[in-house]
Amino acid sequence: MSAIAFLEPDAGVIARRGAIIAGLVECVGADGLVSEERELKPFETDGFAAYRRMPLAVVLPKTTAEVASVMRFLHAEGVKVVARGAGTSLSGGAIPEEDAVVLGLSRMSRILEIDLPNRLARVQAGVTNLAISDAVDADGFFYAPDPSSQLACTIGGNIGMNSGGAHCLKYGVTTNNLLGVTLVLADGTVTEIGGGALDGAGLDLLGLVCGSEGQLGIVTEATVRLIAKPEGQRPVLFGFPSSESASACVSDIIAAGIVPVAIEFMDRPAIAICEAFAHAGYPLDAEALLIVEVEGSTVEMDAMLRKIVDIAHRHAVMTVKESQSAYEAALIWKGRKSAFGATGRVADYICMDGTVPLSQLTRVLRQTAEIVAAYGLRVANVFHAGDGNMHPLILYNVNDPVEAEKAEAAGMDILKLCVEAGGCLTGEHGVGIEKRDLMRHQFSKAELDQQMRVRAAFDPAWRLNPSKVFPLDDRGAA
Amino acid sequence: MNHVVPSSELEAAAIIRDAAARGESVEIVGGGTKRGVGRPVEAATRISTAGLTGVTAYNPAEMVMTARAGTPLAEIEAALAANSQRLSFEPPDFRAFLASAGEPTIGALAAANLSGPRRIVAGAARDSLLGVRFINGAGEILSSGGRVMKNVTGLDLVKLLAGSWGTLGLLTEVTFKVQPAPETEETLAVRGLLDDAAANAMAHALATSAEVSGAAHLPEPLSKTVGGGLLGSDPATLLRVEGFAESVRLRIEKLKARLAGAGAFETVGEAHSRAIWRDIGNVAPFADETGKPVWRISLKPTEGHAFALALRREALASVFYDWQGGLVWARLEDAAEADIVRRLVRAHGGGHATLWRASPAIRAAVSPFEPQTPALTALSERVRKAFDPKGILNPGRMGP
Ligand SMILES: Cc1cc2nc3c(=O)[nH]c(=O)nc-3n(C[C@H](O)[C@H](O)[C@H](O)COP(=O)(O)OP(=O)(O)OC[C@H]3O[C@@H](n4cnc5c(N)ncnc54)[C@H](O)[C@@H]3O)c2cc1C
Repeated sequence: MSAIAFLEPDAGVIARRGAIIAGLVECVGADGLVSEERELKPFETDGFAAYRRMPLAVVLPKTTAEVASVMRFLHAEGVKVVARGAGTSLSGGAIPEEDAVVLGLSRMSRILEIDLPNRLARVQAGVTNLAISDAVDADGFFYAPDPSSQLACTIGGNIGMNSGGAHCLKYGVTTNNLLGVTLVLADGTVTEIGGGALDGAGLDLLGLVCGSEGQLGIVTEATVRLIAKPEGQRPVLFGFPSSESASACVSDIIAAGIVPVAIEFMDRPAIAICEAFAHAGYPLDAEALLIVEVEGSTVEMDAMLRKIVDIAHRHAVMTVKESQSAYEAALIWKGRKSAFGATGRVADYICMDGTVPLSQLTRVLRQTAEIVAAYGLRVANVFHAGDGNMHPLILYNVNDPVEAEKAEAAGMDILKLCVEAGGCLTGEHGVGIEKRDLMRHQFSKAELDQQMRVRAAFDPAWRLNPSKVFPLDDRGAA
Repeated sequence: MNHVVPSSELEAAAIIRDAAARGESVEIVGGGTKRGVGRPVEAATRISTAGLTGVTAYNPAEMVMTARAGTPLAEIEAALAANSQRLSFEPPDFRAFLASAGEPTIGALAAANLSGPRRIVAGAARDSLLGVRFINGAGEILSSGGRVMKNVTGLDLVKLLAGSWGTLGLLTEVTFKVQPAPETEETLAVRGLLDDAAANAMAHALATSAEVSGAAHLPEPLSKTVGGGLLGSDPATLLRVEGFAESVRLRIEKLKARLAGAGAFETVGEAHSRAIWRDIGNVAPFADETGKPVWRISLKPTEGHAFALALRREALASVFYDWQGGLVWARLEDAAEADIVRRLVRAHGGGHATLWRASPAIRAAVSPFEPQTPALTALSERVRKAFDPKGILNPGRMGP
């Protein structure tokens, strides 16, 4: 098993580093540039920390105009650009390259406009996901997509990855909540796509840009949809004797015509890890746990929960915990929301992100366990069951190169399994470098060529985040 | 013109490949009910999806449905209804409005990215569209997306195909997310409001937790053109609530409390409510057989009424509003007045105006789709070339 490759750095560009840095200082001033090795260190990787590359430099513009001038300059110089929000990508989407300039949006963190009558907010790309909801919370609104990393991750990164969250079963993911962007193209042209009106004119370039992993342009501003907060929210926690019974319960809830806001699943190892960390009162004797959240008025929540609890009882549920207070509700969620962090305290892990049709959940869970066991490793599963987005966390020791290789190989096998089960490689974390070399399992050559031709329509010279998403060989057709 | 109705995807691909080899253009149609939208297409061959029919996969417990592109929408809706499910974006039926005949197809719903009143909470067709199979301008059969509800694997060509009006590819199969149908619905009608007061009321309603799933305003006398005329002709500001019966009742009460003093309230029961919203989505107020130009204008909700007022100062027009006021349907009583309409859209916070109904002569003379900035036009043309290098698919349909 060989390590994931990056494109060969361009020695000519590296040799011109001094001049390139000088040019960037012209664009953003000395305080907008990071070039000392010690200061570059924090930028060398992202949430996919097994891989790292030192960038040529990091540039931190403050305005769209500065981004445009940086992009014009790098276009003229033929230098690669890697956009970066908070660097929490789990697929290596924001990992730099040695001959690339990292364009960080962290200093563009202003909320520009909140328009409650039109239920929208216009923000700079470096604003954190949670900051938007916080800004409108007192007025009774929120921004719906809620990745667990929402305290840190930026809206630009969310757009880059089309991120989801626990509550997207009802409200959709980033692309369903995005009204417009300001996009700076590879040559520095500033474009406005969409805006305050629904469904922009012409081809849906907004939908294309969302999830394009920094390969089509730099998002500097975004207009997002705000939603009035529900009257109430209430989770219920179930412990089941088997994954099968939990999965069957999920299917039956949906078949009964109930769409909760969230249905989260954890298996026994994940329950143990999260309980040890959060002391949330999770049932340690259960093989599988579900957190089902409903929202609405008290009457509506009561009615839905009654139906849901009835269904759970038909599937041999062992534990039923209905939250009686905001405190109990928060505790139920605390375990789930800290799952990744809690796992990180127990072992190193890689997190897979394949999505499968709901009817395949049980089988894929079982086979995932078999795959990981065959490599002699452990796995904990915590994921969004309502939409089939699985997150097996493969536990290993990062300092043991053999274990690391095995973990990576097990992950790849799991993703192939997801594709074979009628699903996809990634539901919300993106392809990045991590899944790039598996793209041929999901797409035919003609399909990849089609996507690469579209990519080339934006970035003909392949300078934007070029080592990501598409297999490095055979890019010729584009 | 040569009409072909391929009975398989492979056959359709061969037809497009041959046309590409000859450099000849192809017009793509489903049921042909929306042929009157956009620039008229002059093509050597017309290819219909009418032979590509049938639901290919539907498991209600997965909330996902796959069908071949030429499947009549009616067939899909019946299959979903049999399982108490529905397409959440409320597909409209424009036949009466456009005075067209034929069977609307599921593929064209995707290709035109249609949606109805529920758009404001449930998204448009593109938001429910999970996957497509299509044939590009080189005759290659490709797929994008899939049957899963979350998918960020590679570029999202699904969104791009949605709303591309057959200019990027011939859709052969589409997969939509579906949704359980709610137990019931009711509509709160606030009567007698002028357009600006209605916009204000709708904004307030959507700022509550009542989960309003439709917000429209019908000025006098258009209110009598929906739901069998039972509303009479006084202005009607309509707010729909869906869900469990008890919850619907409580949420209607919540709306009344929030809007107290705005105007007289009437509560419209389930059957009548359904009829009213169907008519609003289907543009029944302008299903008038006049053939007069009708614009569909999308702006920020609070700008809709101000735009309409300005328009009526400059041209004779009737309007009604959906999407909390952000969707203005405007019938021009004389000329289409594209320049006025588009200037006023720009002056009211921006958005886009599409000429949804007009004679072929008018549609050949003015761009039915909103012209874009030079940068976006150039970008879109490059994207089109990436799918259809010779420009043979529905050439020019989307303008400029
Ligand atoms: C603990 C933890 C929990 C997580 N939970 C979730 C979850 O629940 N759901 C989920 O979907 N993800 C989750 N993630 C993944 C990650 O947080 C998301 O992908 C997030 O959107 C990345 O945002 P970021 O600002 O960190 O972007 P980065 O990691 O900096 O960048 C992500 C990608 O977007 C591109 N990009 C960034 N900014 C821009 C811009 N302005 N213009 C163009 N391209 C840009 C980058 O080049 C890169 O390809 C989690 C990560 C961690 C570490």
